[in-house]
Amino acid sequence: MDTLRLLRRYFAASLSAQAQYPGTTFLMTFGAFAVTFIDIFAIAALFSRFGKVRGWSFGEVALFYGLVSISFAISDFLTRGFDVLGTEFIRTGNFDRVLLRPRSLAVQLIGYDFRLRCLGRMTQGLVVVAIASQALHFHWTPAALALAAWTVAGGVALFFGLLVLQATLSFWTIEGLEVANVLTYGGVQAAQFPLSLYAPWFRGFLTFVVPLGCVAYFPVVALLGRHDPLGAPDWFLPLSPIFGVVFLAASFWAWRFGVRRYTSTGS
Amino acid sequence: MEAALRPYLATFSARFQLMLQYRAAALAGFATQCWWGGIHIMVFAAFFAGAGAAARSPISLAQVITYTWLAQGFLSLNPWSGDPDVAAKVRTGAVGYDRLRPVDAYDWWFVNAAAWMTARAAPRAALMFAMTAILFPLAGLSAWAWAPPADLAAALMFTVSMLLVVLLSSSIVMLINICVAATLTDRGVNSFVAPLAILFSGNLIPLPLFPDWARVALFVQPFAGVVDIPFRIYLGQITGWVAWAGLGVQVFWIVVLVGLGRLWMGRVMGRLQVQGG
Repeated sequence: MDTLRLLRRYFAASLSAQAQYPGTTFLMTFGAFAVTFIDIFAIAALFSRFGKVRGWSFGEVALFYGLVSISFAISDFLTRGFDVLGTEFIRTGNFDRVLLRPRSLAVQLIGYDFRLRCLGRMTQGLVVVAIASQALHFHWTPAALALAAWTVAGGVALFFGLLVLQATLSFWTIEGLEVANVLTYGGVQAAQFPLSLYAPWFRGFLTFVVPLGCVAYFPVVALLGRHDPLGAPDWFLPLSPIFGVVFLAASFWAWRFGVRRYTSTGS
Repeated sequence: MEAALRPYLATFSARFQLMLQYRAAALAGFATQCWWGGIHIMVFAAFFAGAGAAARSPISLAQVITYTWLAQGFLSLNPWSGDPDVAAKVRTGAVGYDRLRPVDAYDWWFVNAAAWMTARAAPRAALMFAMTAILFPLAGLSAWAWAPPADLAAALMFTVSMLLVVLLSSSIVMLINICVAATLTDRGVNSFVAPLAILFSGNLIPLPLFPDWARVALFVQPFAGVVDIPFRIYLGQITGWVAWAGLGVQVFWIVVLVGLGRLWMGRVMGRLQVQGG
């Protein structure tokens, strides 16, 4: 309970800081919406020219894309502290102060900054899911909603885990790691299309190394009421988001190892 | 003449060399662009693999692949945002020093924008070329490689067109810079321009893949000149008078946007607020 109250305090502080610059906050949110929303024009153009792709329709691909976007937006909202750990905490020596406070590191880093602009991508994801539902005449039963929520939860855990790993690496590199964006932003990009479009080695990577497929492709195939054309068993599809949670747990294990190895750069 | 140009050449070369120092950023950019390009090429290949799909496209899969690698290699030449240096100067008030220089303020920022973009593009394009145009064919991946230009004429016209890209992109960046100077922040305008530039340049998907009814409108709008026109000339996908028309569209927009930028810059600089103290 104490943790929740602390997070609420952090949240209120972030909110009032951003309320000081309402114009900027609005424009950044709008920008985050617009720059991600344009993808749907590209997808729509490809489908209108070529028709179905490997048996997938526009609405189905839009559902993959919308759900993974929502997952990423929520995770992005929670992980700013991990994202800037190298530049804002380690290089400056501020991480020492974080270590000294009698609260968990994760809670402090989650509370570092809740950026409202994440709502831009969140809105984009919701709009894309609405477009998908319309195109598919999808009926959102309680079971489908629960499965979608579970898929998003797995996705949040997976992206959170990637950010934790990125932060862990910065204990050694002492700086920001732009390369990590390949797996976060690039991961959203990759997960927006069904896995069956990709080359087998890339599919393997997205299933067994960074299990993006488990938090987007497999559960959404179940949500669509289809059988996986790649041959994954039906019982596995709705269970697969658990691997996002497993990935997060493994990331925190690596994180604890990194924290133990941490030596201050400050003076 | 030469003496008058010297300060601009000096600032170009200084900024160019400074930007070349960011090697880690270049490598990170290259990795991101490989990932992005690779995903898109696999997706395009899947669409083209559909029954009768190739006949429905005015551009072949091989051309789309080369187009994609070119677009990723030269990504930094895209006018997605203003020059961050200008935004920093506006924020800190250092823009006041620029007003005191005995040079033309528009040209000074223009040359800086050109140097900023070309210096970031050069190492990334070289790495992309080395990997997708040289290593891929050697590794037996010719089907996925960056192919050579269609013919000598295409190569020559492509070279001219790429020079125009630098001028056109710089003139768009200048409009963003001036907007930043007028509004005192780079946040707003970047949010609006980036999505337009990504969508209408051909960066997201090659412009010929958009619906046919939009073809002419897409060809004559300014963003086509920073990605689509030069790369389609390279591919030999537009030749003869259409290719010349493409160069004409680039020149037209350079003249219009530079004229517009100069006019606006004069007005903004006339009532510029300098922040800081």
